[in-house]
Amino acid sequence: MRILVPVKRVVDFNVKIRVKPDGSGVDTDHVKMSMNPFDEIAVEEAIRLKEKGIASEVVALSVGPQKAQETLRTALAMGADRAILVKTDIAVEPLTVAKIIKSVAAEETPGIILLGKQAIDDDSNQTGQMLAALLGWSQGTFASKVEVATAENRVNVTREVDGGLQTLSLQLPAIITTDLRLNEPRYASLPNIMKAKKKPLAEIDPATLGIPLEPRIKILNTEEPAPRKAGQNVASVAELVAKLREAGVL
Amino acid sequence: MTILLIAEHNNSTLNDATAKALSAAQAMGGDIDILVAGNGCRAAADAAAKFAGVRKVLLAEAPHLDHQLAEEMTTLITSLMPGYGALIAPATATAKNFMPRVAALLDTPQISDIIAVEAPNRFKRPIYAGNAVQTVEAPDSMKLVVTVRTTAFAAASEGGTAPVEAITASASAGVSQFVSEEIHKSDRPDLTSARVVISGGRGMKSGEHFQILERVADKLGAAVGASRAAVDAGYVPNDYQVGQTGKIVAPELYIAVGISGAIQHLAGMKDSKVIVAINKDEGAPIFQVADYGLVADLFEALPELEAEL
Ligand SMILES: Cc1cc2nc3c(=O)[nH]c(=O)nc-3n(C[C@H](O)[C@H](O)[C@H](O)COP(=O)(O)OP(=O)(O)OC[C@H]3O[C@@H](n4cnc5c(N)ncnc54)[C@H](O)[C@@H]3O)c2cc1C
Ligand SMILES: Nc1ncnc2c1ncn2[C@@H]1O[C@H](COP(=O)(O)O)[C@@H](O)[C@H]1O
Repeated sequence: MRILVPVKRVVDFNVKIRVKPDGSGVDTDHVKMSMNPFDEIAVEEAIRLKEKGIASEVVALSVGPQKAQETLRTALAMGADRAILVKTDIAVEPLTVAKIIKSVAAEETPGIILLGKQAIDDDSNQTGQMLAALLGWSQGTFASKVEVATAENRVNVTREVDGGLQTLSLQLPAIITTDLRLNEPRYASLPNIMKAKKKPLAEIDPATLGIPLEPRIKILNTEEPAPRKAGQNVASVAELVAKLREAGVL
Repeated sequence: MTILLIAEHNNSTLNDATAKALSAAQAMGGDIDILVAGNGCRAAADAAAKFAGVRKVLLAEAPHLDHQLAEEMTTLITSLMPGYGALIAPATATAKNFMPRVAALLDTPQISDIIAVEAPNRFKRPIYAGNAVQTVEAPDSMKLVVTVRTTAFAAASEGGTAPVEAITASASAGVSQFVSEEIHKSDRPDLTSARVVISGGRGMKSGEHFQILERVADKLGAAVGASRAAVDAGYVPNDYQVGQTGKIVAPELYIAVGISGAIQHLAGMKDSKVIVAINKDEGAPIFQVADYGLVADLFEALPELEAEL
């Protein structure tokens, strides 16, 4: 079984982003970019399934600019077998990403597509579910445990839900999106980073897919959130309790 | 515009998130119907019928809707959408699972986690863990699919008597089955609607130590939350996690104990009315958002706090 892993290049989770003063967006020039953390977890899970002999090949896929190649090389260095870049400078919407992944999946025929639950830039939490709908596949979102039963052609997915955990049995092929507790992604070793440079990385021109890329939702403005007013330090627990009583919250 | 609002419930009770999403729907304007889909969920439908300003409540009951799995909910909701211009639901784990699936079948981009309604088709939503806020607009011709960040809206008021109309649930999609669940029962208030929340981080150092924090929570009638680090370390279950990728809370009082204040954590609590931080490192970023900061060892401060209350 082949596993397809869509990975997004995003501003690194440690960067404190800056909103452009003219309201046109977030400044992403000269800031550190990384693979979306949930997608690292997805790549890790796919590689583990290959190590267990369940998956035969792991293919990483990114929709993004030329530089998203770096993100794909990271996936290759972690252990993916090959990569595909659908190259565009347009910030495509999740639904469009889902349509692109669907058309790549038609060629690649994966048994599982493993995505992150959420991209930490747009915080949409949509693409995996949309892709499942477009393909008519089952979905196991927010996964903290994945157990494939190849003989039964099913996968058990334990999901992080609001009240705790829920386990589903899904018919394959299936979409799985990762949550934080699924695994701890490995670091790529230096030899593997070197090897990754030689692994195949194909490029697809999205124009050949016949999918319109222009976003349909218009972004009219991007602003900073309202700042909180400055607080104060208290010297003791007694003073803290007094202040909270004064503020009327106790 | 006619709006279909999907209720959040556990078959027996209607979740407060529904009332908040209803406020957002009312801000968009138009006729609003509420769908209560589940199994043996008439009580939740009756509760939904009590909101003011609701045209009708649709009740769909079937064994395969018991756990509101995405595949089943999507088939049902999609079949209803020809009658509606907008679909709206609170951004709970359940709705986040099925809403994008419906949106894709309607060929509509979803607008996630709105925090303000500027016009029927214009909204504000946070991006980058709430470090930026976008104003977005959908074209007039498009059906809307919107999820609501419930902390940004007050609960809609009751005082209505909408009719409850039973509808036939569509057949099961049959590609996914519920196996089991591990739902953590607690006598404390729900994390997302509690008036007071007290959260512990890696500084708590163990799951047992959370009992010190729980004793304070009991005195305050507070819900207990945690940072990702505390959940990852296994001190508390996953549903305690507050943050960008956990639960979003905005209580009257939020007390962060042994939490450094990473942006991902702040994203989940910085709209709380009053924030207290207890941390032994005076340089911890949590103090930048705290109204009251106490630089102290939590193992001394928490017992003192329990005694003072
Ligand atoms: C994709 C992604 C998503 C994430 N989502 C979330 C999320 O939703 N929620 C979340 O919380 N985090 C999230 N994180 C993790 C986040 O980046 C931080 O790692 C995490 O919040 C740190 O938790 P912490 O503050 O408990 O631990 P630490 O950063 O280790 O802080 C522990 C604090 O405890 C203090 N302390 C230690 N001992 C004592 C003592 N005896 N008395 C008083 N103070 C003490 C220390 O001074 C320190 O400030 C996410 C990260 C990523 C990459
Ligand atoms: N441009 C992209 N290229 C590849 N994968 C993507 C892209 N955008 C989103 N994804 C995948 O979809 C997941 C959810 O993203 P989102 O719906 O934007 O929050 C991510 O974690 C990725 O796995």
